[in-house]
Amino acid sequence: MQPKPTRDGFGEELVSLGYENEKIIVFSADLEDSVRSEYFKFKFPERFYNVGIAEQNMVGIAAGLAKEGFITFVTSFAVFLTNRAYDFIRISVCYNNFNVKLCASHAGVTVGEDGATAQSLEDIAIMAVLPNMRVVCPVDYLEAKKITRFITNEYGPFYMRLSRAPYPIITSETDKFEFGKGKIFMEGEDLTIISYGITVSESLKAAEELKKDGISARVINMSTIKPFDEQLVLDSAEKTGAILVVEEHEITNGLGSMIARFLSTKKPVPMEFIAVNDVFGVSGKPYELLEHFGLDYKNIYNVSKKLLKRKKSNSSHKKNNQ
Amino acid sequence: MLKTKVDISYLKKLAREMRKKILIMTHEVNSGHPGGSMSLVEIMLSLYFYKIKYDTTNPLWDERDRVIISKGHATPVVYLTLAKAGFFDENDLMKGFRRFGSVFQGHVYTGVPGIEFNTGSLGQGLSAGIGIALSSRYKKKDFNVYVILGDGEIQEGSIWEAAMFASHHKIDNLCAIIDYNKIQENGFVNEILSIEPLKDRWESFGWNYIEIDGHNFEQIFEALDAFTSSKGQGKPTVIVANTIKGKGVSFMEYNHTYHGRALNKEELEKALQELEGEK
Ligand SMILES: Cc1ncc(C[n+]2csc(CCOP(=O)(O)OP(=O)(O)O)c2C)c(N)n1
Ligand SMILES: [Mg+2]
Repeated sequence: MQPKPTRDGFGEELVSLGYENEKIIVFSADLEDSVRSEYFKFKFPERFYNVGIAEQNMVGIAAGLAKEGFITFVTSFAVFLTNRAYDFIRISVCYNNFNVKLCASHAGVTVGEDGATAQSLEDIAIMAVLPNMRVVCPVDYLEAKKITRFITNEYGPFYMRLSRAPYPIITSETDKFEFGKGKIFMEGEDLTIISYGITVSESLKAAEELKKDGISARVINMSTIKPFDEQLVLDSAEKTGAILVVEEHEITNGLGSMIARFLSTKKPVPMEFIAVNDVFGVSGKPYELLEHFGLDYKNIYNVSKKLLKRKKSNSSHKKNNQ
Repeated sequence: MLKTKVDISYLKKLAREMRKKILIMTHEVNSGHPGGSMSLVEIMLSLYFYKIKYDTTNPLWDERDRVIISKGHATPVVYLTLAKAGFFDENDLMKGFRRFGSVFQGHVYTGVPGIEFNTGSLGQGLSAGIGIALSSRYKKKDFNVYVILGDGEIQEGSIWEAAMFASHHKIDNLCAIIDYNKIQENGFVNEILSIEPLKDRWESFGWNYIEIDGHNFEQIFEALDAFTSSKGQGKPTVIVANTIKGKGVSFMEYNHTYHGRALNKEELEKALQELEGEK
């Protein structure tokens, strides 16, 4: 299967769900073409609203309908949906704990040429911090369909992060999505690479390179970011003794920060983090930017090696102290 | 530099050339926003070649008039106008636009000489313009602030919060210009969420209201002059410029699908031919 953007999986599955469930009502703030919620608009115009360029109003209206028992989807770019409507998401949606699904595309630097204002690198941090909010990010087009279905049928607020860039298809039709569970995409013993979204594919490529050096890496797709799979993280720390978190997000308060906080109390092991380092994005081609920000497989390979050195010196240090 | 006499036939020639370049530069990176750039050509040229004071050798000259591009996706027309005005070399723009490592970012960016304010999230420019206009009171400098807004953009609630503030505080060195090209990303503005009646709304918010043909240089000059001569009355001014999204290319005009899509090779050739034939 050719690479496809995860937004396509979302848009297509939402149409199937629309036939099955009349309680679904979908909103856009003038970006349904980009987020693919227009597929739903074409089939169910009476259950679709383009509210105009007015993100906070969109979220507020969706909360009101959800209060009355409807399942509402609000769609926009990740930057505008999460940042512009933030207080409405916090109070109207999360504090009330209503059944609103925030589905946002154009996350990360792989948005490309549009540059900083369109590239969402803070969304995971500011969505995950909200009580009642759960955060998911499909790893490919097929998983996007399954997650769309899951969040529709599960009560409460969800934030789903979607892409503009085509992602390689690395799951199969028959794979099951299990909410709250990470999935081991490659088994290994020397270190664990945890990621979500496009960087899972890059991590798998890096792991192939590491194999050539006799290093085996466990690679985990953590498509549920909140709550992330603590059991699997703990197991990985115990079995591999080193953890690298890779994310197309700011380094502060992303999945890496959450995992580090967890492990620091349960099972501290050497960790490394690959993410965007406290700068805004820039214009460029998607893969050019992945490379620029060190989110490509080559840098994942290099940082993995560095992490393994730390792991070794750590264990020899421990032995010397025994 | 205040241009007292301008040659309109020269500006018309520039306008035609810029429209071609808008299409070429977006085609070359297969991205960007041609439609809302084509609608803004005459307005941008009128500001920089007729109305505002600036110094290309000293872009931060404190007496300059400030232009805030609130619809920050209009980079093709904005950067081209600044190049024509002499802020930088147009070749650098054509080579660098939207490419990795270039200052010519996809959305309006202050790394580019002559740009005042980073934008790209709609609905923020009018508030910023008010702050800048207010600063002239403290600085005791007599400059004007122009804010370029999209018609879809004024659906953002923040625009109306700003509109209330500006008249309440009698900010009369502020001129909002709405590019009323009737189209936003997914269709016609007044079918998606009507912004009408514009005149009643802005007047009831305490603004001077002027409506013009935004492709007619004489009308744009006149409106800009009406703004500056209204200073002292304690009212902000809004110029609603009736324009055509995709202006100059038959298949782009009023077609929302060219809002954020570059032309392919075939379309580009056809479009350039049409613009060539235009008088
Ligand atoms: C807050 C925000 N929401 C959404 C967008 C995405 N977007 C970019 S341009 C655009 C349509 C703008 O329409 P209009 O203001 O009429 O601009 P123009 O026709 O002049 O291009 C949209 C929805 C954005 N840039 N900012
Ligand atoms: Mg418009």
